[in-house]
Amino acid sequence: MTLYTSTVRRPPQRPNLWARMGSSILYAIGVPVLLLVIWGVWGTIAPAKFFPSPLTIAEAFVDTWIGPAFVTDVLPSLARLAAAIVLAVVIGIAAGTLIGLTRWLRELLEPLLEFFRAIPPPVLIPVFVALLGVTDQMKVIVIVFGSLWPVLLNTVEGVRSTDSVMTETARSFALTPTERLFSLVLPAASPRIMAGVRQTLSVALIMMVISEMFYSSSGLGFQVAYFQRNYLIAQMWSGIVLLGLIGVLLAVVFTIVERRVLRWYHGIKEVERA
Amino acid sequence: MTTASAIGAPARARRRGRGASAARKAGLGALGIVLFLAGWQLLAITRVLPPSSLPSATDTLATLGGMLQDLEFWRNVGRTMTAWAIGLAIATVLGVVLGGFVGLIPVLRRATHTTVEFLRPIPSVALIPLAILAFGIQLQAALVIIVFASFWQVFVQVLYGVADIDTVARDTARSYGLSGAERLRWLVLPTALPYLMTGLRLAASVALILAITAEMTIGNPGLGRVIFQAYNIGNITTVYAIVIVTGLLGLVVNLVFRFIERRALAWHQSVRGEEAL
Repeated sequence: MTLYTSTVRRPPQRPNLWARMGSSILYAIGVPVLLLVIWGVWGTIAPAKFFPSPLTIAEAFVDTWIGPAFVTDVLPSLARLAAAIVLAVVIGIAAGTLIGLTRWLRELLEPLLEFFRAIPPPVLIPVFVALLGVTDQMKVIVIVFGSLWPVLLNTVEGVRSTDSVMTETARSFALTPTERLFSLVLPAASPRIMAGVRQTLSVALIMMVISEMFYSSSGLGFQVAYFQRNYLIAQMWSGIVLLGLIGVLLAVVFTIVERRVLRWYHGIKEVERA
Repeated sequence: MTTASAIGAPARARRRGRGASAARKAGLGALGIVLFLAGWQLLAITRVLPPSSLPSATDTLATLGGMLQDLEFWRNVGRTMTAWAIGLAIATVLGVVLGGFVGLIPVLRRATHTTVEFLRPIPSVALIPLAILAFGIQLQAALVIIVFASFWQVFVQVLYGVADIDTVARDTARSYGLSGAERLRWLVLPTALPYLMTGLRLAASVALILAITAEMTIGNPGLGRVIFQAYNIGNITTVYAIVIVTGLLGLVVNLVFRFIERRALAWHQSVRGEEAL
């Protein structure tokens, strides 16, 4: 069926390269630009107290974040976030692999892990403040503990569902346990692990912001809350924009890494779909 | 008859085997919880950590037991779950309507792609200050956060779902002359339902996280605010007790939505496949 249609169908007449690129750029930026223009016009015609125009926000953005604040507030926050994400992913994959491969351990820990995952991460902040005090380590640990679960549980699931034929093949070819781990178990689990990492990233960002809103005197989350309490509306908006940009940046980096790590997997999917 | 019993026997044996392994699983799981509580208790009574930062497990469970008899506690559970339910309902309706609309119209889909990819990763908690300014310390402010966070879960899944329609099925529907409404019912809905259910399950747990976060940061009444206030007056046992309560609530939400998903998709390959194994 597929073969038949694919031989009959002729390749469509392609418009020239520039026109195609132009239209895809138009599609990509059309709606965002339109929205910004509407917002800007709206802001000048009917200025609302809490919704300044995009230009005002852009000005505030430059004034607020480009300069010393970048070093005192933005960089430390980002460093904590990065450290926490690395720790969460490493711990999650290591512990997840161990738990996934050891049946009794898995059965022992499963209800506990389900429970820990179900705890809304922000409620852990008071607990960790009580346990460790307000320190940089605490801020990193609370992000790690809150965002660890998606990658850990997905690793457990992924490791568990390794194809049994492949496992047996690996055994009959007498692969050593290390070889089996790195050339079979982890690659087989990687699509699920990456799905877990994606969730971990967004929880980690949320935890970074919230942990700085409590009992903190610096950092992005603190600054945004400070601006709001002091009615510095444009600055507050610029903080929201910055957090949004960090979120988008994380998503972009993740997509690039995922494409690299899962190139073989997407390849297989393409073939299956064709 | 003989064939039936021949087929029945291994299935029965397997079922018995499954029963034994389920018992083992439940036993080990219970043991895990007991070990965890015992470790906690040991850490607390040996004063490795002072009681001001780690109350004992027994104290915490006693406080929890006391709370369960307190009407105000249940009111707070009710407030949190009301915010959760309203937020989730709004997000689901918006997500389904907009996701279906955008997903079914290719031009719209292409034009909104970058906007969606840009708005979706914005952490919802970044909007907390804005929500406080716009609505004050009220339920509406919390709802803004809850809806923003859980909307994307539903929206993106519905968007993928309605785009996943099998081309053969679509052409068949077209050649049988199904009307627009019929196609929606018999073609789009069955294709998108598994995606929608996944989105709903994710949205339900995200909405709970944000409902409690909103109460902690915005200060509208509910369990999150109780935690915050208990911590500020140094009542650390209550903090631990409520953390356990929120974990249990999260667990219940997960289980309920997994159950709904299985029921709604009982006809679908992914669920039938699991049962056949």
